[in-house]
Amino acid sequence: MLNEWFPNVKWDSMWEATMETLYMTAISVVATFVLGAILGLLLFLTSKGNIWENVMISKVISAFVNIFRSIPFIILIVLLIPFTKFLIGTMIGENAALPALIIGAAPFYARMVEIGLREIDKGVIEAAKSMGAKTSTIIWKVLLPESMPALVSGITVTAIALVGYTAMAGVIGAGGLGNLAYLEGFQRSRNDVTLMATIIILIIVFIIQIIGDLITTKLDKR
Amino acid sequence: MISIKDVKKIYDSKKGQIKAVDEVNLEIKEGEIFGVIGYSGAGKSTLIRMLNGLELPTQGSVTVAGNEVSRIKGSKLRKARQEISMIFQHFNLLWSRTVRDNIAFPLEIAGVSRKERLKKVDDLIRLVGLEGREDAYPSQLSGGQKQRVGIARALANNPKVLLCDEATSALDPETTDSILELLVDINERLGLTIVLITHEMHVIRKICHRVAVMEGGRIVEIGPVLDVFKNPKATITKRFVQQVTEPEETKETIDHLVDLYPQGKVVQLGFVGEAAEQPLITNLIRNFQVTVNILQGKISQTQSGSYGTLFIHVDGQAEEVAKAIDYIHSQRVGVEVISNA
Repeated sequence: MLNEWFPNVKWDSMWEATMETLYMTAISVVATFVLGAILGLLLFLTSKGNIWENVMISKVISAFVNIFRSIPFIILIVLLIPFTKFLIGTMIGENAALPALIIGAAPFYARMVEIGLREIDKGVIEAAKSMGAKTSTIIWKVLLPESMPALVSGITVTAIALVGYTAMAGVIGAGGLGNLAYLEGFQRSRNDVTLMATIIILIIVFIIQIIGDLITTKLDKR
Repeated sequence: MISIKDVKKIYDSKKGQIKAVDEVNLEIKEGEIFGVIGYSGAGKSTLIRMLNGLELPTQGSVTVAGNEVSRIKGSKLRKARQEISMIFQHFNLLWSRTVRDNIAFPLEIAGVSRKERLKKVDDLIRLVGLEGREDAYPSQLSGGQKQRVGIARALANNPKVLLCDEATSALDPETTDSILELLVDINERLGLTIVLITHEMHVIRKICHRVAVMEGGRIVEIGPVLDVFKNPKATITKRFVQQVTEPEETKETIDHLVDLYPQGKVVQLGFVGEAAEQPLITNLIRNFQVTVNILQGKISQTQSGSYGTLFIHVDGQAEEVAKAIDYIHSQRVGVEVISNA
């Protein structure tokens, strides 16, 4: 029945493209989580009234984050071509998409991390200080655990955005479902291929959302 | 144990400088429960935060348990803070940790091994009466239970000083009393020095040995709690003392009583210490030809004796009434004649 509805879909290449999309998403989500958390922590800690209060550093990071968050992703990929070529050696393939995906998503996630950290009760940080906690202890045992639900729901939203970004990256040669939908579906006017790629992307997005929501609920003891 | 010398704290704000704490000198003895009372903005919060270095004085020095907390920094300050713990109005527990793990947190900071932590936490849970709730999260606890966790957490590293920042202000009266009893119990059992700030005279009355009254960043009155109750000097102190000695709406009630008893005299008696425990009224009725009507009264216990006020109506021959009042005067009881009918 599937073959009747989707006569032009080559299942093995569809499967391969799905794996490529999942690969790009997974790697970039992990890297974005780490990089975004670091940037978000720096944004939070250097802001006014916090442990590492520093107007200069705060402004620099903030400007960096705002600039990269504002550039439309498709333009960012093009802008980063020299950087990607230098780093990966090519512009084709899943790995070539990673620098742009991470640089595009990390600043976006960093802002969410910062917002999550701001929601932590200042009193709890003060309590940790009053117990003689070091800054590293405050980061690892207070800031991160106490903001974890926000960090997880933030990375869920970011991961979903990243699935979309991989499709865009696909159009300019990164592989994955976006690439397949564009080359096989759009350019050859095989709408069934485009539709199938879309359905698979939707399924991936729903699964990410469900897992994210589950973890957030489980973590949140408030 | 605690010595505050010539301490000033000045904040810069858009409207100019704000003196949060102004020329404060204070000595607090070991094992003492010392209260600081004042309305919000009086500087008491800033003062207590200088005792563990969360705020630094602009001028002057603060020494706690042999450490000059206003000067030391880095690891030395962190080490000193383990001996000066603090409990908070809003408890400030980590919601992501269970009761047990919250109490274990300061032990983790101090680098105590896991095995010792578990043992110590169990002892503390028993001390504050939270058996059976070890694995609950803060969100599953009542306010009083949360503060018990806060107290257990504060005691984990065997501190020498416990700072209480409005620790009972978010609790209902009954829970407040149980938390205050726990604090007294800890003070007696562990010999811990306790400094608390509050805006409720009730808290001072119930557990403090000495009290300082703060207004506009300055200490306007200081002394043993009973002395301050007996003889409040500053206007603000009188207001605070009234909070506990006079039932609410006293003034209206008394006006009403004065209208109600046009004959004789309505007299306000103030009892302090042993005087509060004498059978004064019995003596009045036995020895003088007067009738005595008890209108309203309240006797409160402080840590070092009782204090109370009583409104009575004395009626009879004018001469006898005068004699009766003279007698009361001779009995170390404060007398204030409210009405002359």
